[in-house]
Amino acid sequence: MTSQGPILQISDVSLVFGGVRALSDVSFSVQPGELFSIIGPNGAGKTSMLNCVSGRYAPTTGSVSFNGQDVTGLKPNDRAELGIGRTFQNLALFGHMNVLDNIMVGRHHLLKNNFMNGPLYWLGGAQKEELEHRRFCEDVIDFLEISHIRKATAGTLSYGLRKRVELARAVALRPDLILLDEPMAGMNLEEKEDMARFIIDLNEEWGMTVVMIEHDMGVVMDISNRVMVLDFGRKIAEGEPDEVMANKHVKKAYLGEEDDDTDEDEQVA
Amino acid sequence: MAGFSMRPCGDFRTTYRQDTRIFDTTVVRNAAILGIIAVALIPFVLDGYYVNLFIQISYFAIAALGLNILVGFTGQISLGHAAFFGFGAFASAWINNTTGIPVLLSIPLAGLMTAAVGLLFGLPAARIKGLYLAIATLAAQFILEDFFARANWFTGGSYGAAANPVNVFGYEIYDDFSFFYVCLFFLVVMYLLGTNLMRTRDGRAFVAVRDHYLSAEIMGINLTKYRLMSFAISSFYAGIGGAMYGHYLGFVSAEGFTILLSIQFLGMIIIGGLGSVKGTLMGTVFMVLLPEVMESGVSALSVFDWASSTDVTDGLAYIKEMAIGLAIILFLIFEPDGLAHRWQQIRAYWKLYPFSY
Repeated sequence: MTSQGPILQISDVSLVFGGVRALSDVSFSVQPGELFSIIGPNGAGKTSMLNCVSGRYAPTTGSVSFNGQDVTGLKPNDRAELGIGRTFQNLALFGHMNVLDNIMVGRHHLLKNNFMNGPLYWLGGAQKEELEHRRFCEDVIDFLEISHIRKATAGTLSYGLRKRVELARAVALRPDLILLDEPMAGMNLEEKEDMARFIIDLNEEWGMTVVMIEHDMGVVMDISNRVMVLDFGRKIAEGEPDEVMANKHVKKAYLGEEDDDTDEDEQVA
Repeated sequence: MAGFSMRPCGDFRTTYRQDTRIFDTTVVRNAAILGIIAVALIPFVLDGYYVNLFIQISYFAIAALGLNILVGFTGQISLGHAAFFGFGAFASAWINNTTGIPVLLSIPLAGLMTAAVGLLFGLPAARIKGLYLAIATLAAQFILEDFFARANWFTGGSYGAAANPVNVFGYEIYDDFSFFYVCLFFLVVMYLLGTNLMRTRDGRAFVAVRDHYLSAEIMGINLTKYRLMSFAISSFYAGIGGAMYGHYLGFVSAEGFTILLSIQFLGMIIIGGLGSVKGTLMGTVFMVLLPEVMESGVSALSVFDWASSTDVTDGLAYIKEMAIGLAIILFLIFEPDGLAHRWQQIRAYWKLYPFSY
């Protein structure tokens, strides 16, 4: 880390699609080493926010800066080189490649060989380089416990494994900041527990700053350092999990009205 | 998952180097080397007809591999491959005729020139995809065809251009027998380069762009760069194949590079297997041999009296053409993944015999 400032600084970001305001003046910052979660009801703009960070959308107004550098105008591939990795909500693996090649694609920006010396393989040093990076990819495979499927075609895997491979691919980028879009959606309890453990390890052992979108409130409250809540494209709360949970606006927008809860309790009782 | 079930018992890989080899097992590798040696013996064993067929296969196979890199691996489309093939033929003849650079060097130089032209005509690919790109490359086909007919300084216009024979260390190769080995050399080298490309960084990037371009971009792959690079490499291969074609015939005329040939190139890679290097070779062999096999089938019929009347022989000539079309349709229905996939299944069958899985 070069500076002590925030690793990610979002300033007054708005995103407008025609008449739809997906995001309205959202600002927040993420400190290095943090595990930061974004929550909110469906259509609140969480994924749009992530897309603004990873570069798929350019914000209509406002700016995104990463490690003190303004990246608002950069293309996604340039941001990957700076050290922003991400996974997608709906799977986005390279379906016809095997798992290992999928993960090796994550090393793309770190590999030096190209169409000139790659085809020469044995002569231009490409083989040596490929094998060095293979070693790192195997570390990632070990860490995410997918060594048994490393030669399987990615498109043939089960949902939970595909999610894990996608995480592996993003980790192989060796990003400083990793963006996870619903890493636990559609998983069973055991897979969720595994995934939560991986995310914590990424954060604590691998030293990656994590920004995560997740609907499973149990997971979010357990593992996040800080939480931001979006509703209709606006930030309605930000803070430590407990204080966010106690926030009136949050309860109203996302967890249901307080009165409703008491009603249900009474009915159960 | 067929990849690792194909390994025999006890064949363990203990290093990453072993795991990244081109061939699954040493047996397969040795078989491939033996195969190349066997092919190298063809001119000694078989007559000139087969030598000629092999030469055809080799220059088409090199050009088809280029198209497969573009269509099969990168997921683009090109209907103008024959034009690039033709450009390579003219370029090599032109380089050799005007500068005197020996043919063996002018062939790769023609490849580079064609790559530059391919890059130019690939520019639309930075913006458009799918059917729209197909039409844009169709434009390349017609523009280049027109260029061949008009650019007298480059192609000799409607007269065509003379292409000198290959000259190796002062020894001119006029006959098929020696040119065969030039072809074999280029074929093996170009296929090795292609295979290596596909197992290194840029080859993976191509497949990533094909499979999911949005996440490829998130993984740090510059889409525009790789789409254009794919066009350039594809044209490079087409140029090399075309240059070999030109120097083999000794004469390049503008008529040979129509859209029909472009479609034939597409047929080769679809039948062989999109996104498979060895499938490209299989598909080319299939497409070159199919008319020959049909031809010999038709001539075998002529021993019968009824088959020697002119009506029947004329009809059979059409049947031959139609049978080629039929074969392609049958392939698309029953083996859409191509010959490479069929080959994989045959291998799996023998490996597992007598069990079905």
